Amino acid sequence: MTVDRRTALKALAGVGAAAAAGSAASVEARERRTAPPDAIGMLYDATRCIGCKACVVACKEANNLPPEWDRDHLYDAPKDLSASTKNIIRLYAEGDRLSYVKRQCMHCIDPGCVGACMIGALQKREHGVVTWDGDRCIGCRYCQIACPFEVPKFEWNTPIPHIVKCEMCKNRPGKPFQPACCDVCPRGAVVSGKYSELLEEAHRRLGEFPERYEPKVYGEHDGGGTQVLYLSKAGIPFEALGLPDLGEKPVPETAQKIQHGVYQGFIAPAVLYVVLGAVIWRNRKASAAEEVKP
Amino acid sequence: MSTHLEATPVGGPLLTRPFRWLLALSGIGALLLLWRFLAGLGPVTGLNDGYAWGIWIAFDVVTGTALGCGGYAVAILVYILNKGQYHPLVRPAVLTSALGYSMAGFAIVVDVGRYWWIYRIPLRFWQWNLHSALLEVALCVMAYVIVLWLELSPAFMEKWKEEAPLPILKSLSQTFHPIVNKLMVFIVALGLLLPTMHQSSLGTVMLLAGHKLHALWNTPLIPLLFLVSVIAMGYAVVVLEGSLAAYFFRRRRETEMLGKLSGVMVGVLGLFLVLRAADLLVRGALAKTFTSGWLNFFFWVETALYVAPLVLLASREKRMDPVVQFRAAVLMLLAGTLYRFNSYLVGFNPGEGFAYFPTVPEMFITFGIVALEIMLYIVIVKRFPILAGAPQKA
Repeated sequence: MTVDRRTALKALAGVGAAAAAGSAASVEARERRTAPPDAIGMLYDATRCIGCKACVVACKEANNLPPEWDRDHLYDAPKDLSASTKNIIRLYAEGDRLSYVKRQCMHCIDPGCVGACMIGALQKREHGVVTWDGDRCIGCRYCQIACPFEVPKFEWNTPIPHIVKCEMCKNRPGKPFQPACCDVCPRGAVVSGKYSELLEEAHRRLGEFPERYEPKVYGEHDGGGTQVLYLSKAGIPFEALGLPDLGEKPVPETAQKIQHGVYQGFIAPAVLYVVLGAVIWRNRKASAAEEVKP
Repeated sequence: MSTHLEATPVGGPLLTRPFRWLLALSGIGALLLLWRFLAGLGPVTGLNDGYAWGIWIAFDVVTGTALGCGGYAVAILVYILNKGQYHPLVRPAVLTSALGYSMAGFAIVVDVGRYWWIYRIPLRFWQWNLHSALLEVALCVMAYVIVLWLELSPAFMEKWKEEAPLPILKSLSQTFHPIVNKLMVFIVALGLLLPTMHQSSLGTVMLLAGHKLHALWNTPLIPLLFLVSVIAMGYAVVVLEGSLAAYFFRRRRETEMLGKLSGVMVGVLGLFLVLRAADLLVRGALAKTFTSGWLNFFFWVETALYVAPLVLLASREKRMDPVVQFRAAVLMLLAGTLYRFNSYLVGFNPGEGFAYFPTVPEMFITFGIVALEIMLYIVIVKRFPILAGAPQKA
């Protein structure tokens, strides 16, 4: 019996070591992603935004979203992103410094929501735009847990809910993938276009007017990079605008390294299964023999 | 083999007074469920876009399956470490596991918004996102529910072979009982593999919360911590269930066996605490156990609950005391439960403007599910051979 136990423990330790080795190997294997070649994006420049909210109205119109009334039922006055509001302008005050900020999906290069989604309802599809497929979504809301920007919204007040988020106006009649918010902005505070060109333009502005800006393009590397890029007024850190300090690591990286390490090729689980089966088989035979003896 | 080691039905009437109370509780739950499915999740629950997961996930699913790990923990002892003396504990443990996991599965159907597509998760394998820890949890849990009922099926077939409410059940039992017995090695091995996979993945799931999960709980070691703690919880569940069943059904209490089991639990728990402390130390998060405001309270209560059973069960003498065994098991389960609540809810902060506390209807749906689980347990142990230690006939 002691021999059996020792064999069993040895075997289990072996499987553990194999899994650990696999894990170490794949830590090297997972490469950081870059934006797809046809990527489009947006560039928002807080120094240009006057907070007119024309983009909020245009977004609702283009996406057929219902108003969120204020208390007097006079205005469509959404307070934050929601299942009825895919795009919003918010005002941040830091002492006497004010800045508007536009919030919508960041279309991450390696998105948390896509890494989370069990069956690919959320995916990066054409132009690297993160879109939702209702034919696959079971409404588990793991995307909401995984998004560092609190973007995907759930329709809480219906028995047939959807996940709602900016999809870069992919279904805009006659102008697919031309975001309405960018079309209407009177100050060019938000523009859309090819991702690579927008990144270039952002750096051009930083170089030309360094005194106006925080010395960084938010989204160039943050959270593994986002296809929506931000410039902030000098002296107003991005965190103050609600853009968290994520470091350069993509959100799904740690979890995926672990999943990959343990489950690569499904080898470790298969080996563990065979070992478990063998040990049980052997123990069973041994105890059957014991029972017969006396 | 003496007769009292063999599993026998408890017998007796089903519709006792406590059973009627449970029935009422699950009836309330059923009505609230009707509301949830007609109106959506918003009006019934405290959930919102920031706190997308509430007690139905943190308790019913994450803690519920952990409480359902008695079958897993005992199977490691009996089938892998070849401790045959614990065999009488297997069936009751597998029954609580089967019920715990089935109810967790039910809770998932209640919680997800678009439950009508759930069936596509196991079927559409070409769409699987193999990076998703949650997918692994979903597939494993679905498979494990089937495995657990298969593991338990001999208890039903043993009875139906002799007499069944339907003739078809009788003939099916006669055919399948020997087949299931032959295949049991493969079934039991699956029953060991699947929880190892999904109980650790339940920890991995929360790694995607990233900066929203507080550093006291957010660690790459979380899968291992979840796995080790669930094994300790599994032994505690068996001790608790053994104590309660002995008390309520007047069975002989396996005090000595439960004492040894408590000893095993102490070992696993010790391992957990070493891992937990080492992880905090290595990540440099040890100072955060004093500097994280009100989260410190939850961390230290959790830690105290983990340490308490270790202290209670420190001596061999204490481990053989039924009252100490019971108390230590309850504390162990509370510790594991709070650890899961902390990792999924308390330590999770989606940012300003969001708050969550479960609503009364939300809680009563959970109570209803638990009541249903207890009722099924009572019915099954009264009618089928699950529990050993029947009072010996003169």
